[in-house]
Amino acid sequence: MLNRFFSEGLELGLAQAAVAAVLALAVMLLARERKIHVERETVIALVRGLIQIVIVGSFLALLFQGPRWSSILVLAGMMAAAGTIAARRASGIPGAFTVSLAGIGLGAGIVIVLMTWFGVIDSALTSLIPVGSMLIANSMNTSALALERFRAEVESHVGQIEAALALGASTQTAVSPYVQAAVHASLIPRLDSISSLGIVWIPGMMAGMVLSGTDPVYAAVYQFVIMAMIFAAAGLTSVLSTLLIRNKAFSEAEQLILRPVTAGPT
Amino acid sequence: MTNRAGGPILRTEHLGRTVNGHTLVDDVSIEVQRGDVLAIVGPSGSGKSSFLRMLNRLDEPTRGNVYVDGQDTRDIPPRLLRQRVGMVMQAANLFPGTVAGNIRYGPAQRGETIPSARVDALLEQVGLAGYASRDINHLSGGEAQRVSVARTLANTPEVLLLDEPTSALDDAAEQEVETLLCRIINDEQLTCLVVTHDMAQAARMANRVMVMAEGRLVSIGPSEEILNAEPVL
Repeated sequence: MLNRFFSEGLELGLAQAAVAAVLALAVMLLARERKIHVERETVIALVRGLIQIVIVGSFLALLFQGPRWSSILVLAGMMAAAGTIAARRASGIPGAFTVSLAGIGLGAGIVIVLMTWFGVIDSALTSLIPVGSMLIANSMNTSALALERFRAEVESHVGQIEAALALGASTQTAVSPYVQAAVHASLIPRLDSISSLGIVWIPGMMAGMVLSGTDPVYAAVYQFVIMAMIFAAAGLTSVLSTLLIRNKAFSEAEQLILRPVTAGPT
Repeated sequence: MTNRAGGPILRTEHLGRTVNGHTLVDDVSIEVQRGDVLAIVGPSGSGKSSFLRMLNRLDEPTRGNVYVDGQDTRDIPPRLLRQRVGMVMQAANLFPGTVAGNIRYGPAQRGETIPSARVDALLEQVGLAGYASRDINHLSGGEAQRVSVARTLANTPEVLLLDEPTSALDDAAEQEVETLLCRIINDEQLTCLVVTHDMAQAARMANRVMVMAEGRLVSIGPSEEILNAEPVL
């Protein structure tokens, strides 16, 4: 119906946003009737979300005008931001940012370079940046999960790790079961996503391609390609992050330094 | 420091450890001769375990030195040091799998596979003959601690550190494990340092006692002399 009143483009987009916002506000009012007061948060979230996403859209529009090499800078910036966010989960471990950045940079970076080289990802900015950002974001989540799980596993197995060290085991051997557990746990969400693809959910990328007129079968196959790339990048990131953080858990004299704050001998 | 075959097997020199401004161990100098069984006693928080953990470098001293057979432990690769200075902890901390797998763990770290006969002999030594193939999940607390002892002995350590080895056990198991340790230490003529909060246990197990308080060495000497002289800790 909006098509009748607005020509395609920004005007139509704003009209669609207004309708969607009105719907969200209506739900907020309905909640208010039920004594659930989320008015302030809803209004702030809607305004903030709209402004943020319009800024990103404008930035992308500007970016897509630039030279191809600028994608390298953009993706590198995304990796740095992702490394910072993932490192927060591992705060307390020295060098967590370096580990996260290296894990995400290498994990997502290798997959992006390889897939672009093979032609699976189009090297055009309009393709490389969105797809690259998906790989980086998923690598970030996986890295954060892996680091968090590794820390939890180590902190809850201090006794066994120190028993292994006391028997002459190397630090790598002493934490090997917990590295495996961390990698496995961090990949479960990615595996679940692939196995439930199309049954439980139709991912955004495929939905977007279909909406923009792409053949649904091709869109479906390409969505699988994306998911497989995400798994590869996340898997590499998880393995690299945990292998790198493993060494940070010990001192040079092979003493466990990653331990709960309260734990310690008297 | 050169090797002194006739000297103490273990010596600490002004040993100390401070963490985040909190002094856990302060200026402790002792000597342990071969065959000595030294009990380390003191109230909770007196630095007994912290002291013990520096001897095999599970924790790093922030002051002073530890010498094993005359050699500064900082000059010994940590993995080799920990094989030479074995440790049994308060909890058994067994690894998932079988009893035999646990016994073989230490030697396997050096690429050695100990034969089944040696595993059986170690298990017999700790009173668990025939337990080799058992899953560790099917052991009682006392049995698990016995396996932990056998696992440490499989490394044939020169010095054995016991960090409150019976304090996590019930009364019956505590008595069993203590009796077992006394017999093994006596049979093997092991050099041993045992941390305990139980003065009676110190008297039963050790020929020498050192008393710690607030991280410092209060006194050290023959068991009878020290335990008779010390007030209730």
